[in-house]
Order: sequence, then C-alpha cells, then structure tokens
Amino acid sequence: MSTLAVHDHGVVHHEEGHEHHHKDTFISKYIFSMDHKMIAKQFLITGITMAVIAMTLSILFRIQLAYPDKAFPLLGVLLGRFAPGGRLDPNFYLALVTIHGTIMVFFVLTAGLSGTFSNLLIPLQVGARDMASPFMNMLSYWFFFTACVIMLSSFFVQKGPASGGWTVYPPLSALPKAMNGSELGMTLWLISMICFVASSLMGGINYVSTVLNMRTKGMDLWKMPLTVWSFFLTATLGVLSFPVLVAGIVLLIFDRSMGTSFYLSDIVLAGKVMPFEGGSPILFEHLFWFLGHPEVYIVIMPAMGIASEVMSVNSRKPIFGYHAMVYSLIGITVLSFIVWGHHMFVTGMNPFLGGVFMITTLIIAVPSAVKTFNWLATLWRGNIRFHPAMLFAIGMVSFFISGGLTGIFLGNAALDITLHDTYFVVAHFHLVMGSAAIFGMLAGVYHWFPKMFGRMMDEKLGYLHFWITFTCAYLVFFPMHFMGLDGVPRRYYSMTDFPAFNRWLSVNKFITLAAITAALAQVAFLYNFIHSIFWGKKTVQNPWNANTLEWTAPIEHFHGNWYGEIPTVYRWPYDYSKPGAEEDFILQTTPYSETMSSNLPSDFEDNPIGLEEHTKWATAQKSNEEVK
Amino acid sequence: MLSGTTMLMAQSADSTATAATATTAADAKTIMWMGAGYYVLLFLLLCVVIAIVGKILKVYDLTQQIQGKKELNWNNLMAIICLVFLLAGIYGAYWEFTVQGTQSLPEAASLHGVKIDEMFTVTTVITMIVFFITQILLFTFLFRYKHSSKRRAHYLPHNNTIEKVWTIIPAIVLTILVVFGFFTWQEITNTTEVKGDLNIEITGHQFAWELRYPGKDNKLGTINYQLVTGNNNLGIDYSDRNSFDDLRADTLVLPVNQSIRLNIRSQDVIHSCYMPHFRVQMNAVPGLPTFFKFTPTITTEDMRNRLNQPDFEYMLYCNKICGGAHYNMKKVIRVVSVLEYQQWIAQQKPYLTDALKKDLKLAGTTNQQKNTPQNRLALNN
Repeated sequence: MSTLAVHDHGVVHHEEGHEHHHKDTFISKYIFSMDHKMIAKQFLITGITMAVIAMTLSILFRIQLAYPDKAFPLLGVLLGRFAPGGRLDPNFYLALVTIHGTIMVFFVLTAGLSGTFSNLLIPLQVGARDMASPFMNMLSYWFFFTACVIMLSSFFVQKGPASGGWTVYPPLSALPKAMNGSELGMTLWLISMICFVASSLMGGINYVSTVLNMRTKGMDLWKMPLTVWSFFLTATLGVLSFPVLVAGIVLLIFDRSMGTSFYLSDIVLAGKVMPFEGGSPILFEHLFWFLGHPEVYIVIMPAMGIASEVMSVNSRKPIFGYHAMVYSLIGITVLSFIVWGHHMFVTGMNPFLGGVFMITTLIIAVPSAVKTFNWLATLWRGNIRFHPAMLFAIGMVSFFISGGLTGIFLGNAALDITLHDTYFVVAHFHLVMGSAAIFGMLAGVYHWFPKMFGRMMDEKLGYLHFWITFTCAYLVFFPMHFMGLDGVPRRYYSMTDFPAFNRWLSVNKFITLAAITAALAQVAFLYNFIHSIFWGKKTVQNPWNANTLEWTAPIEHFHGNWYGEIPTVYRWPYDYSKPGAEEDFILQTTPYSETMSSNLPSDFEDNPIGLEEHTKWATAQKSNEEVK
Repeated sequence: MLSGTTMLMAQSADSTATAATATTAADAKTIMWMGAGYYVLLFLLLCVVIAIVGKILKVYDLTQQIQGKKELNWNNLMAIICLVFLLAGIYGAYWEFTVQGTQSLPEAASLHGVKIDEMFTVTTVITMIVFFITQILLFTFLFRYKHSSKRRAHYLPHNNTIEKVWTIIPAIVLTILVVFGFFTWQEITNTTEVKGDLNIEITGHQFAWELRYPGKDNKLGTINYQLVTGNNNLGIDYSDRNSFDDLRADTLVLPVNQSIRLNIRSQDVIHSCYMPHFRVQMNAVPGLPTFFKFTPTITTEDMRNRLNQPDFEYMLYCNKICGGAHYNMKKVIRVVSVLEYQQWIAQQKPYLTDALKKDLKLAGTTNQQKNTPQNRLALNN
C-alpha cells in the first residue's frame, strides 16, 4: 500500500513541474521522517555518535592498562565514584569493557553500518522510490534510538552499567549479587537489547522485502551491485538469528526477575546456598552464540559489499569474479549458522561436538579466501584512483587478511585450548570484524557522502585520517597477538599482580599511546564530516564516474528519488574500462544498443536475439573494415 | 562537573584541616586542570599546524595552476605511501616476531602440550606465508597500477580457471589443518578414564580456587552444593565413605609424569581454569562438573633452570570474566618429583576438621591435630 502511494507521489511530483504540493514540517522531514535517505542519515549520525562514545570508553580502560599504578585526578573529577582517587574502580573497568563491546558490535557496526547503507543504497541501487514499508523503517530507527538512550542511561544508575562482558554470560549476569553491574545496569542492558533487536528486525524485514519485490525493470538478481547482495544477505541473516537472542534474553530476564532456573543450578553465592536447580549456563551460551556468530558476519558482510563496490569503481575495473563473490557471500551466510560452537570449545561441551564445529569453522575460511583473492585480482592491472573511500576499502581488505588468518588458529579446537579468552582473541576480532568493518563503513561514508549530503568531503583531510587510523590500528592490535601467545588473559583490570606479565607493561603503554593517537585522528574525520555537510564543495551528479543506479538520481533529495519514471536497467553494474567503449564506465541504464562498439558475445549469454544482433553487427563491422 | 569541583574544594576548605592543606588541595586542583589544559592546547596547536600546512598546499597548487605547471599529484603520493607502508609494515612485523615473539610462552610442560605446539607451528608457517604474500601483492598492486590518464584498466570480469585454483588450494590446505587438528583435539579430549589417574578437584568461587586431593583411597568423595556450611565450604557429602580422607591444599602440587585428571567445579559463576604453561584450559561451570586430563612433564625446578628464572612459578589463572576481582584469581602450581609429592601430600590436612565433625556429630575427634586449618571461605569474605 504505502509503496504504491510513494510511487504515485513521485510521478505526480514530476507532472506538477517540481512543485511542492504538500508541506513537509520540520518534524516530518527531519525527525519522524519516512524517507529512506533521511533515515539513513539519522542512522549514520547516531552511529557515529555512539562510535565516538564507545571509543572514548576504550581510551579510558586503555589508560588503566597502561598506567595501572598511577592516579589521574582528572578522571576522579570526571567519573566521580567510578574512579575514586583518580583510579578506575575494577568493577567500572569491566563496565567500560562491556559497554564498549556492546555499543561497537550492535549500535555502531550493526545499526550504524547496515542501518545507514542498507537504507540509503537498497532503494537507490535497485531502483525503488522508497523501502517496502517506510513507516516500519521509521519505527526501526526510533527503536534503535531508544535502545541507545537506554544503554547510555545505565551510566547514571547507582551501581553502574552492565559489566559481565558483552556476552553477558549467566550466572554472572543473572545474579544481581554477583557483581555491581548485574543489578539495575544489567536490567537496562537487557531492555535496551530487546529494543535493539526489534529495530534490527523491522529494518531487516524491510531490506529483504525491498530487494525481493521492488527492483526496477530489468534489475534481475544478477544485475544487482555487490553492495545490495551483501545488504540483502546480511538482513536475511539478521532476521533469522536475532530472534534467538531475544529468546535467550527473555529467559535471562525470567531468571533474574521471576525466580526461574533456566540458566542456573547448583549455586552457592558468597557462602549462601541459592534455590536454583536444574538449569544450565551453557544453554545461554548456545542461544547467545547462535546469534553471536552470525552477528560477526552481519557486521562484516556489508563492509565486504561496500569495499567490493568502492574498489571496483576506483580501480576502474569490473569486480573480479562477480558470481564467485555472490556465491561466497551466500556460502558465508549459510555456514555462519553452523559454526557458533567454536566460541565454546572449552566450556565443557561434548568434545565430539567441538570437533564438528571445528570442521565447519575452517570450511568457512574457503569463501573468505576466495573473496580476498578476488579483491586482489580486481586491483591487478587496474587504473587505481586513491580517493579516501578507496584507501579505506583497501584498509578493510588488509585488516580482513590479517585478522582472518588468526581465525584459522582460533577455529582449531586444539589451539583454542591455550588461546581462548586471551589477548590473541582480542587482536583477532578487533582486526577482522572491528577494524575491517569500521573501515568498510568509513569507505562507505566517504564514497556516498555526495549522495547523502549533496556535497563533497575534503580529500586531504581524508588522507590524513586514513593513514593515521590505519597505522595506529595495526600498532594497537598487532602486538596483542604476542601477549595472547604468552597467555595473558583478556578482561584483566591490571596485570601487576602477576610478575610474569610485567614485561608486557611497556607494550601496554605503547598500545595505549597508539590508541590515543588513533582516537585523535578521528577529530579530522568529525571535522571533515560536519564541515562538509554545511560548507563542502557542491557535488556533481556522478562524482566518481560510477555505473550504479544511485548516481542517475538527481542530487537534490525528495521523497521518491527519481523524477518521472524509474530508470530501466540493461546491464550489470561493473562495466568499467570496457574495450571499445567511449568512456571508462557505462551506466547500468545504458542499453546495449547504444554501445555497439563495446559489446561482447558474453554480454548476451541469456539473450539469443541480442546475440544475433551482435553477430550481425560484428560481421558488418568486419566487412566495412575490409572495404576500407 | 565544575560545581562538583568547587564543592570538593569547598569541602576541603571547610574541613578542620589547616589553611596550609587547603591550599595544597587547591593547588593540586589547579595543577590538574593546568595539566589537562596543556594537553588540550597542544592538540589545538597541532590542529592549527595541520590547517596551515593544508592552506600552504592549496596555495602551492593554485600558483602551479596559474603558472600552467603540474599540480602536486596526490594520487601518486598515495601510491608511494602505500609502498612505504608495505616496507615499514614488513619490517615492523619482522621486529614483532623476533622481539615479542620470543616473549611468548615457554615450551609446553605437558605431554599433549607438545602436540598443540606442533600444530601451532604448522599453522603459523602456513598462515604467515599467506599473510606476507597477500599483503605484499595488495600494496604492490596499489603502487604498480596507480592511476594514469594514458592507459585504461584491463577489462577482466572473471577467469574460471584461476578462480577454481584459488578455491581448491585453500580448501586442500584447510582440509589438512582440519584433519590434523581434529585428531589432535580427539586425542587431547579422550575421555576414557584410566586406572591410576590422579584425581584432583579444583573448585572456583568469587574470587579464589579451592583444591581437594583424594586421600589414601585415591577417590574423591561426592559433593552436594546444598550441604555447604561455614565449616564445610565445598559441600562435601560425608555419607560417602570416600569423603573422609579428602585433603585440603593451598598449592596445586603435581607429581611429574603422572596422568592427572583435574576435576573442575564452580560454586557461583562461570570461571575458567587456565594453565597456559601446560596448554590446559577448561571452564568451571556451576551445575556442570568438567575435567581436563593431562600429564605434566617438566618440574618447576627444571623449568626454572631452563628459563634461567629462579623465581619462576607455574600459574593457574581465572580466564572467564567472573566479577570485580577476576584479575586476581590465581593459584600457584608446583610440579615436583614423585618422592617430593608423597612427602608433601602426607602433610596435608583433611577437610574433615574437628569443627566439622562436631557439626556432623561424628565420633572420634581426638586424633585430629589442634591447629586445624582456618576456614578459607570465611577468609575470602
């Protein structure tokens, strides 16, 4: 219904000569907007805000790790009871770690990344006026916003925010007496996550139905850009796995508030025998990781899609092995459902089950390897333009390789015995899903900024931002591998109680300094982002000479995306530097009849009439040349 | 925030302390804010410098444009930085491997640990080859194929042969790793209980580990959490005969070359029993007793000599977030010769203390020594 209405609106708009026939109030345009482009911007700006907050939290606990014995009076003033005498409280340290993880994984890299780019690009790249349900889309954002507010509000309750780690394993999270963070803070965490999952589901259902039902004429699945493929598969993954997390969380709420024993059994807390009987904490781990593992692919797949698109555009080359790229995305999507047990090798789960999960885990490395090689092949003999977006896409590939390879260690159950929950794991996932995904997101921001705001970002500041962030990310996470190999456990408030860990203190200081530098470099981005929204150079219609549909839409934004009819699509999105073509790009909307000189027989694989025409044309050309 | 500061200052002024201490408190505040302000100023200065450099570059570009000369080619500059980054990165990785790589765990001190280490070496060699090749290709391609208006990119949408090759090769390599890993894993987690295993029980609670050694019968008595009292902190069930001679210990002392079955329990939240030197880790889960079987092969004394660290100790950490003092939940492990172990175990006190006997209304409290070990649970509260 709503789809139809929006469609009509766009057409009417055109016929009335671009006149506004109904007024947008400030509220309907900027706050409760139902336009996918505005919602994308809302997601982006909220996501960036949350990222800055989570980054600040990480700097706080990095300071503790680097200077465990030093008091910082300023911290005492800023944080009050959470840092008595200028030194972080151990409970608050754990809260920082927990909230940093939660915000980064869910609020920044799931909502901030998928929410922004799925919303912006799916309708624009498949040729739709808006999402399948604009109203649900709006709700999705506001549920997300509510989740953010609730999560942050937990800093203002007396005992502080949830602090059982972002995985909130019970019984630690289920017993309010077990730690400060398991009191009200944990309740807020759970409520916030339920709002978040609601938001994710509404978004995901919208993305899936838009991609399946609202593609423009000619846009069959195999003509979709890899970005749309990755958003589509990500959304599918989210729709199928997020509900399981809700199930897990609801049972946890029951255990906390209603005296049930789903996850609890045989507990003696502080010398007091508790009445819980018959539950299993391992059940929660299964439910959590059934989402938790697909979640890391929910985080990385949109980044892969964005990197593929950006690298193809800026290498002026078609993405290498488009079909292989799609199949490997599908492979990752399917396999990601059956690997969750590799988070639980040492929980006491049946060792045979551990062996099975190890096999599925290492299988998932194959499609990941294929993707990496295809990206390298895309660069090979390209004509590479280094826009900041391109640099960030390259950074994403580099991080994905570095972090992905250590996954082969951790996916191996035998090696995981020593590496589990050490800094090796921290290094692994911060590179492969943290840095790689955030670089994918930044690549997207630099690349589609003109589409979002109609202005360009400053390239030089982008270069500065990239090189400092890229270098510092490696400086932060590379040494952590070696700490992990020395058996340094993660989530330790300080290492000073262990003489064996003293030798890592200088490394910890180094990491903290690198992290602070990286954090300061984000000022360059924030300045660039905000300044360019208002005062950046005005963009042209197609600033990167890209093929995809969004660059055929007018620069100015209005609900409906295109004046008049939605353009028809004739070809795949990666016809860059096609031999015989006038320019080094051919828009998806250009029919083959206009590009006779560059058509190839392989363009007509499923089109016998076209192939006939092409052969006719080719023979005519040949005879013409002979005459000459 | 500011009002908070003034309040704090006001408090210190109001307090009975002399004027001198009040001034020092105020001074400390001033120093603190000045310190913070100093860094903020420094950062602002840096921003100004960057802005000036940016402007200079812009002016330079403009003058070059006016004079009809070539502008600064940022694209080439980025390509060069990519190459510089690659070289610096390779050197950095080499430095890390040679300097920090030597700081990783010493050789495995257990039988199965040696196999894990072999597996680790094989995986490291394979992955590092891939790491260096792919990263070098990535950054050299960037440099080699930087933009030039004189040429066009090579139109290469796909090549089925090469795609098959790089699907199949990783698949084969991973199959090898999987098979190797699967059998190692099966061997380590082999659950068959062999007669002659030394059963030791370790129980985690916030924030300490409790040890229980079997007595002469070499059997641990059963445990029932509902029996936990002040004097019976583990909830040992004394209706089981095997419980009577179970011993309490402070240090995890292990006889060398003896197969050990470490029975792992938790009383409150999930802990993890992590002994990196032995390549042992298993979670302690309330309601789900777990275990890990291993054989220590190097005594503490021997390891001290090998590492040339006279104060070296094997350690057991908690490796699953378990609350505020998670970072300090440790136990010393000492691997000794069989003879030393027998001497040591003979000196350990049973869990069945006089006080507990009184609680349980058991007879025959006379044989017990007077200085019964203090109740550890009470200590930990």
